[in-house]
Amino acid sequence: MKYAKRNDGRKFNETRPITAEVGVIKNAVGSAKFQIGKTIAIAAVYGPNNVFPKFLQKPDRAILRCNYNMMAFSGSGDRVRPGTNRRGKEIGMVIEKAFENILDLSEFPKAAIDVFIELPQTDAGTRCAGICAASLALADAGFEMKDLVCAISCGLVGDQVVADLDYSEEAFEGGSVDIPIAMTPRNGEITLLQLDGEISKEDLKKAVEFGKEACLKIYEIQKQVLKAKYEETKQ
Amino acid sequence: MSKLVVVEKQIVVPGEILAEGMDFLPGKGTFREGENIIASRLGLVNASGRVVQIVPLAGKYLPKRDDTIIGVVKDMSYSSWFVDVGYPYEGSLSMKDATAEFIERGASLSDYFAVGDVIITKVANVTKEGNIDLTMKAPGLRKLNGGRVIEITPFKIPRVVGKQGSMIGLIKDKTGCTLFAGQNGRIWIRGSSPEAEKLATDAIYLIAEKAHTSGLTERVGEFLEKNKLENQK
Repeated sequence: MKYAKRNDGRKFNETRPITAEVGVIKNAVGSAKFQIGKTIAIAAVYGPNNVFPKFLQKPDRAILRCNYNMMAFSGSGDRVRPGTNRRGKEIGMVIEKAFENILDLSEFPKAAIDVFIELPQTDAGTRCAGICAASLALADAGFEMKDLVCAISCGLVGDQVVADLDYSEEAFEGGSVDIPIAMTPRNGEITLLQLDGEISKEDLKKAVEFGKEACLKIYEIQKQVLKAKYEETKQ
Repeated sequence: MSKLVVVEKQIVVPGEILAEGMDFLPGKGTFREGENIIASRLGLVNASGRVVQIVPLAGKYLPKRDDTIIGVVKDMSYSSWFVDVGYPYEGSLSMKDATAEFIERGASLSDYFAVGDVIITKVANVTKEGNIDLTMKAPGLRKLNGGRVIEITPFKIPRVVGKQGSMIGLIKDKTGCTLFAGQNGRIWIRGSSPEAEKLATDAIYLIAEKAHTSGLTERVGEFLEKNKLENQK
């Protein structure tokens, strides 16, 4: 099915407006809020903490535990049933994997670093917003990491490759393919790439290109907000 | 050609390139990738000579040998105490390192340090696995009585102490409190009144908030002067 013009009038490679802020939760070691369009993600980092049960401890490094949670009335559809669910668990796991090789976990042997990602309002692209927020929160907490991580979801709506799908595009009646991409901006290493649906090789390549472009844009924003926290008080 | 990409005291985020070329050496909070030196944490750039390093702005306490810290006794076993030092795993203070006194067979260890006691102690050794050995055998190490303990980011302790103790001396003078700053970010304050302790606490939080700015001693001096007057009214 043809998708000639985007529902909200954006260009095909254009993301929704992005705002971010760090240090939003005072009790956390590090925290951040990341908003892209109507999707809002808040990440809070705690720890390093003790690990129980003890068999989960790693003697040479810390473990990373990510908790992804969509709030009950965050979406435009039905109420999301609160509490642990399989989708949330899986997304938490892929977010852990997206950070595992970026964070220096050997600094805190036997401990755990806990990341809580809450989504008070969602309009597709939640795991990517969550990764962007978590990346800011981890940097804000002062953990050693090789790079920040930026994420964006790209994909195919009808016959058109687009960047940053919103919910109306994800639910497009002509079919859509959603590809969340996370990467490190300095050397373009991809730390998360998922694909749901059917897509040709050329379109996939194009989607990843769109994703890289958008990630670099997000990186500039991330860099700016992290520095802004300290430059404000500098005077 | 080697060159420094950033300027001294610039705020950098993880992943930012600090210097290009092999003439520079990666210091704390940085690593080398190819020919470049990259920042691995949020902080201020400090390039002294050839070494480029990051002075962190945030982060948790990492115990190092010879750190003098403030700990809280959490538990005890037959021959040692377990002390919370602000790290995920407790430090252990063995009987041999805890006191110079002779401990009689069958004596109760809580006569020396009881659960909940706050102590100034020293890190004797840290293993790679994060096991922390503590000692009380150095001048000034003791059990603390009274007062309160507050906690700030350990990286800001040098600013609280100041050059040759100038900042902490200023707070002591103006508030009349006794203070001790542990390298794990905990500060013990004991004053003649709760108001004096509160004033010292507020001053320390002010330092922690503005730690990366210059002219901090004057600013804290002003703050203490202003609030002192209000107290007297």
